[in-house]
Amino acid sequence: MTTTTLEEQIHGGHGAHPEEVDYLRAKRGIWSWMTTVDHKRIGVMYMVGTLLGFLVAGVLALIFRADLMTPDSELGRELYNKLFTLHGAIMVFIFIIPAIPAALGNFFLPLMLGTKDVAFPRLNLMSFYVWVLGLIVLLAAIIAGNLDTGWTFYTPYSIKSNADGSGNIAPLVLATTGAFILGFSSILTGVNFIVTVHKMRAPGMTWNRMPLFVWASYATAVIQVLATPVLAITLLLLMLENVFQIGIFNPAWGGDPVLFQHFFWFYSHPAVYIMILPAFGIISETISVHSKKHIFGYKAIALSSVAIAIISFLVWGHHMFVSGQSEFAAALFSFLTFAVAVPTAIKVFSWVATLYKGVITWNASMLYTLTFLFTFTIGGLTGIFLGALSVDIHFHDSYFVVAHFHYVMMGGTVIALLAGIHHWFPKMFGKMYNEGHARIGVILVFIGFNMTFFTQFMLGSQGMPRRYAEYDPVFQPYHVISSIGSFILGAGLLWTLVYLVMALKNGKKAPANPWGAASLEWATQSPPIEHNFHETPHVDTDPYNYPEIDRTAAKAHH
Amino acid sequence: MSTAHVGHEAALGHDAHGDGHDHAAHPPHLRHHFDNSGQQESAAKLGMWIFLATELLMFSGLFLAYFVVRSNYPEMVLEAHERLDKILGAINTVVLIFSSLTMALAVRASQTNQRVQARWYLLVTILCAMTFMVVKYMEYSAKIEHGTLPGRFYAEHVQDLAAGVEGTLDRWYGGYQLFFGIYFAMTGLHGIHVLVGIGLIIWIMWKNEKGAYSSEYYTPVENVGLYWHLVDLIWIFLFPLLYLVK
Repeated sequence: MTTTTLEEQIHGGHGAHPEEVDYLRAKRGIWSWMTTVDHKRIGVMYMVGTLLGFLVAGVLALIFRADLMTPDSELGRELYNKLFTLHGAIMVFIFIIPAIPAALGNFFLPLMLGTKDVAFPRLNLMSFYVWVLGLIVLLAAIIAGNLDTGWTFYTPYSIKSNADGSGNIAPLVLATTGAFILGFSSILTGVNFIVTVHKMRAPGMTWNRMPLFVWASYATAVIQVLATPVLAITLLLLMLENVFQIGIFNPAWGGDPVLFQHFFWFYSHPAVYIMILPAFGIISETISVHSKKHIFGYKAIALSSVAIAIISFLVWGHHMFVSGQSEFAAALFSFLTFAVAVPTAIKVFSWVATLYKGVITWNASMLYTLTFLFTFTIGGLTGIFLGALSVDIHFHDSYFVVAHFHYVMMGGTVIALLAGIHHWFPKMFGKMYNEGHARIGVILVFIGFNMTFFTQFMLGSQGMPRRYAEYDPVFQPYHVISSIGSFILGAGLLWTLVYLVMALKNGKKAPANPWGAASLEWATQSPPIEHNFHETPHVDTDPYNYPEIDRTAAKAHH
Repeated sequence: MSTAHVGHEAALGHDAHGDGHDHAAHPPHLRHHFDNSGQQESAAKLGMWIFLATELLMFSGLFLAYFVVRSNYPEMVLEAHERLDKILGAINTVVLIFSSLTMALAVRASQTNQRVQARWYLLVTILCAMTFMVVKYMEYSAKIEHGTLPGRFYAEHVQDLAAGVEGTLDRWYGGYQLFFGIYFAMTGLHGIHVLVGIGLIIWIMWKNEKGAYSSEYYTPVENVGLYWHLVDLIWIFLFPLLYLVK
């Protein structure tokens, strides 16, 4: 019923089109996928690829979590270092940076804007292949030898070529080349999204009628485009440092190792927001749709994404409080770090206010959304601890930091990704999953996640340093709880994979608009036809208008 | 709307026409997902400007590295830069600025339907770019000959005729190898951009010969022009910073 309402709204009355062949069946054969320029297929390919990366890096984490059950290391220090380096590098560069923008963003940005495709479809396909190439080079680094620098490649540790030219530089050079190539892929996606949002909006789709996921993806794309080139040059200099020993980062020849940290975090702090901003976008969608209520503070949420994007460029120094940078700089960075909390809190309060008097559906997407509010808020608030100068000196390089960024990256981005996947799965594949199975998954993930990482806050505050294969037996109880939690979390995620794959095969057919949502992607059939819409939609309402249920909308908007 | 065959054409990289669109005139350069040429043109231009921004930011990292080295070792940079050939650098600067002019004229010629003129302007631009690379090659050869190379390859041949001493200088803490590391990184990355530019201009010229551009559609010429001006602009900063240190 809601389906026709929305279709009527958008198509002006002549709603019911006969079902047409969808994008999945429009063409057949592996070659039609490999050469596709359809943003939806590219999104699906990215999704499969990034989730495989997530699986591999997750299994690596489970291996070293198992090793951490005892104070001694069965794996040995060298292998342990290698494992956490791979875990970090794969999670960051292969999984989490492209996961939401390149997978869900690619799929839904054009649909939400009411257009046929992104602005540069062939560039979009190219970005996928560049990503695959980067992945291959990064994997080659693993084969080439011992990569143990952590994903941050800090100098002088990452200067493997010693003064006499000994030392195997191959793994490091390959790994940095891989990250360089992956960055290029990220830039291409960013350019595409910015231009798509500026130039491809359907008639009537004003900036203030864009879904908040689009706003968040837009802010993300701006960061991708502005920050990633700096990473590129940083990695290039690091390569030159290793191959030619140009000496720019090497204190032995008059270089400055801290310069590398400045360079690296100038990209990598904004990169944190490349990871989290799209998650904010997903939550803005799911919280409104599944509580059937107009989003609270639309403009505030939209512009706070942009504000976060801007401030994100000015806080990199908070990773370097113990690096010997000037105290004045440290104080300034600390202040600016606190400033990020303001737009972030605006979002969190707006989401909570959206729930107020809403008609909340307790489905998997909503449960993940609520989990996000809980875990991300913990992640965000502990970030303030680390942004405070004196406290950071105690917590620096401890498990507290590990717990903090896992609460943000996993408790924020991954949980939001799960909320988004459950929200959009029916649209993407035209199948419904079993809601009961999904709820079991949510519970396992919630318990497992908090068990794994909450204990790490305690470990860190008691002085357990990160990246150690062996530890003082006094920490063992916490490590055991954390490891058991990680197994529960792994089981929950595996379970999620199983029932979603089952749903692909046996799931009930999804209607065009199973949640009664009001944004454009639900106005076309599930799965969408290859060109998204039968006619270019004309938009005359905002994407959170649920006229039948929402009595506050009128008041909120006039 | 026959989605299946439209999509097929799109996948092969062709423009999809005859797909049941009502648009009477569907120009050959218009890709299927754009409503009209104006939208396509402004999208392409915006995309190019954003790409140029990424280029600028990438080079800005190198410029920062340069300034860090220079502020740490001002005397070393001053002495080391004397080993660069100011005359050749100046010639290259003039060549590149001139090629920017011919590139701009080529864009103008495309815009006004003067295909033959556009061909000659593009050809001169390519020749200038190649001249730049030849001069660069001469400079690099001299550096290799003298051993004024980056990092561990630095082994400068020196001779003091008065004293009758000859030998090689090894690198040292804060020594010339740092300057030449930065010099080769900056000019090398810039040189790669010049090579890419030559490729792009040849491509544009080839399309121009096939009659792809007119006053209706010349976006690729303009975008390659924008890229070329940026490459030129970066050199205009590189030249004084590396060759004319005071």
